[in-house]
Amino acid sequence: MSALDTLDGCAAEVARSPNLTPTPARPVLRERGQREVFCGLTGIIWLHRKMQDAFFLVVGSRTCAHLLQSAAGVMIFAEPRFATAIMEERDLAGMLDAQEELDRVVNRLLERRPDIRTLFLVGSCPSEVIKLDLAKAAERLGAVHLPRVRILNYSGSGIETTFTQGEDACLTALVPVMPTLPADAPKELLIVGSLPDIVEDQFLRLFAQMGIAKVGCLPARNARDLPSVGPGTRYLLAQPFLAETAMALEGRGAQRIDALFPFGVNGTTDWLRAAGQAFGIDPALIEQVIAPGRARATRALANLRPQLEGKRITFLPDSQLEVPLARFLQDELGMELVEVGTPYLHRAHLARELDRFGPNVRLSEGQHLDRQLDRVRADRPDITVCGLGLANPLEGEGLTTKWAIELVFSPIHGFDQAADLAELFARPLRRRDMLEI
Amino acid sequence: MQLAVWTYEGPPHVGAMRVATAMEKLHYVLHAPQGDTYADLLFTMIERRGKRPPVTYTTFEARDLGKDTAQIFQDAAREAVARFKPQAIIVGASCTAELIQDDPAGLSEAMDLPCPVIPLELPSYQRKENWGASETFYQIVRTLADKTVARAPRAKEPGGRPARVNILGPTALGFRHRDDLVEIHKILAQLGVEVNLVAPLGATPEDITRIGNADFNIVLYPEIADEAARWLEKTFDQPAVRTVPIGVGATRSFIADVAELAGADPTPALGDTSSRMPWWSRSVDSTYLTSKRVFIFGDATHAVAAARIAREELGFEVCGLGCYAREFARDVRAEAARCGIEALITDDHLEVEDAIAAAAPELVLGTQMERHIAKRLGIPCAVISAPVHVQDFPARHSPQMGFEGANVIFDTWVHPLVMGLEEHLLTMFRDDFEFSDEAGASHHAAHSPRKAAVHDLSEAPVEEIPVMAMAMGDDDASLWTAEAERELKKIPFFVRGKARRNTESFAAAEGRTQIDLETLYDAKAYHAR
Repeated sequence: MSALDTLDGCAAEVARSPNLTPTPARPVLRERGQREVFCGLTGIIWLHRKMQDAFFLVVGSRTCAHLLQSAAGVMIFAEPRFATAIMEERDLAGMLDAQEELDRVVNRLLERRPDIRTLFLVGSCPSEVIKLDLAKAAERLGAVHLPRVRILNYSGSGIETTFTQGEDACLTALVPVMPTLPADAPKELLIVGSLPDIVEDQFLRLFAQMGIAKVGCLPARNARDLPSVGPGTRYLLAQPFLAETAMALEGRGAQRIDALFPFGVNGTTDWLRAAGQAFGIDPALIEQVIAPGRARATRALANLRPQLEGKRITFLPDSQLEVPLARFLQDELGMELVEVGTPYLHRAHLARELDRFGPNVRLSEGQHLDRQLDRVRADRPDITVCGLGLANPLEGEGLTTKWAIELVFSPIHGFDQAADLAELFARPLRRRDMLEI
Repeated sequence: MQLAVWTYEGPPHVGAMRVATAMEKLHYVLHAPQGDTYADLLFTMIERRGKRPPVTYTTFEARDLGKDTAQIFQDAAREAVARFKPQAIIVGASCTAELIQDDPAGLSEAMDLPCPVIPLELPSYQRKENWGASETFYQIVRTLADKTVARAPRAKEPGGRPARVNILGPTALGFRHRDDLVEIHKILAQLGVEVNLVAPLGATPEDITRIGNADFNIVLYPEIADEAARWLEKTFDQPAVRTVPIGVGATRSFIADVAELAGADPTPALGDTSSRMPWWSRSVDSTYLTSKRVFIFGDATHAVAAARIAREELGFEVCGLGCYAREFARDVRAEAARCGIEALITDDHLEVEDAIAAAAPELVLGTQMERHIAKRLGIPCAVISAPVHVQDFPARHSPQMGFEGANVIFDTWVHPLVMGLEEHLLTMFRDDFEFSDEAGASHHAAHSPRKAAVHDLSEAPVEEIPVMAMAMGDDDASLWTAEAERELKKIPFFVRGKARRNTESFAAAEGRTQIDLETLYDAKAYHAR
């Protein structure tokens, strides 16, 4: 079976999605069926490390608790800043008032953990299905615990969110509590999307060198120390999965700076340059600030290019990072994109990324797992980017893989991480060639 | 609602997955949202399976609720059967699908699928993983077993057909199930007993139909197979061997039980010359193991077996014993009574942590959860039970059962400890810089108590700091006279914590406000073994 046959077979399954503006320029294969992706709760794993004063309480089932500990992989922390309030039969049968139970659990938690300053009540599939009102709970509990603890809520449920959309939902919940930037205040820059501290600091240094005076980050390292937002805010998305957060920010008057996402030399250059231009920085100064990092990254990538050039790659849908990463691998390392799958395609935020794709790239949105795996088997790419559940089975079939989750957990943005990012793809290929067993 | 940070067991549908993944040509259609697919990684990453678990997740979304989730289930089931052509499917709901009450059993019955459908009712809000595995296996056996099977009677005299047995319980993601099975096969071969079937691991639904052909059953893992074995006992008049052969003594009993039911001579199996553990335990270097205080926690079967081995085969003192499986609490309580202690039955790991800190053992035998606790407390540890971790699937053969299993257990439990000869050297040369207190066991740096561990705790809220670390605080030290404190430092570090605690509890009981040299030695005499 050729990949094309499968594609035709899939055409009948194209989902009806009236919300999406049809862009005839590039066909998108939209599929529905079994998905092999994490739910939005998984974002807690990196969000709780990023926001050091925040605690995430999932209101869910034993499955949610099990997911968090399995996705976290190892139990590193004595008591991490997340936990699950596991609903039991009595909560569901109406023998106990779920809201009262939640009060009890939250009060006990806050008593145990006086270090918590922000508490997120995180909705799950079961809490959404039984329509447990966490917004009401957050409001009620907030009234009791403020000012010591601010209580917010969002949903990370798998019936509404896919993997990184959990971060989108979490940041969206933070937007209404960001302080107001007065309408007449000078323009401020806001970097949106959680980045490892080391990367965030690199960007902050570059913006400081350009002379952009006020730069905020969402999420802030301290969730009680949020940056301001208002009509003077110009925001720059650091991550491609923040559709709702962007809308909420625009609801408060902020304006998006359109740019490529900061992956690789081109993406980072474009991203930094766009911010500089939005703040009216002298182009010569912008280039001067960018030049050293850009040169370093270019040199470092040159070493890796021979290993990746001409290699064919398929992305299975996972983190929504697929499109910008694919653009980087194509443009800067000469890789051939076979299929780029993404759980959700945000056409506006990704427009400039998609423009750079070659004409033969198969772009797919959503997932019908078995059919997609059939395509992978027919295409036989040199490397397939996929979730942890699929990596070893594909390796077992002789297909080299890269775990997608590492792209979310590792520092990959910016000039000084460009080569690390390329190395994540080069290493599995190199290993495959090294092994003689 | 129960507040949980880490859990010992997953939800019951993960138990069902362990059974489905263990079997061949069986498929599981699970009504579930997308996030539940995380469970695949347990099998592909932790167990390093090279194949996807045979599970189709229906993947319904919020917008499907109240509309066509039932249709989504039926489509998924039909596609799965067409694509994978299983001999049978099991169908069920995960926690979320249970709430929308689509009735996968009724839906699949109405579909007239070309293979048997086994519906599962696994109440996610009441039960857990092991129960789910047990119930799934029971339903599979009950539905598929051919009840018309009539096994030929067996003449006991030579020349009659050999006895046939089913080995029940090994699953995917089981703690050393793969390797235990090798040892059980070895014993059965020595006894001349034929294996009719191993299930669930490696069995097809068609294999299950002939489960009634065996003369008796071996219940290897009661957590998973006990329910099914009881039904088989009733239905096919198959008695069961319930001795779990972990440890030398239990292996001998197991051999005797199997030989008895098979009418075989146990002598060749009992005389297995690869059993080294008894001599290793009697050899003089092991003298230092005498009365080492050990804290044991795990699933019921492995915990009970560990306690017995600790007491009878290694000469340890069991200072704590517990399990997270309430279904088997009775067995654990009985064993705890034999150890003269109270059993700890809980699935709250914070409670286990408190109990370990309070018991101040010299060795912890537990799950990966207790391994982390022990690491934080600076206590040596060995893993004896699920929940599993990638390290629990070693490349080498590493059973727990049979004589080889006992050999493995000896090594695994004893290596984290400071060894006998080394213990003496440390005492003799403790002022030598190479034998400093911080050095710990030379061969296991990861297990030695480190100052860094205490440093890490400085960021934790006070109530989280383990008791052992607290004991080093200034408040306690002020009780001690300088002279007594100096004397205490002369005691080897690995028993010093215990000496300090014993002395302080003795002083408190005696109402002494200060600990001087006199008190230290009075306490030593009081606590003398």
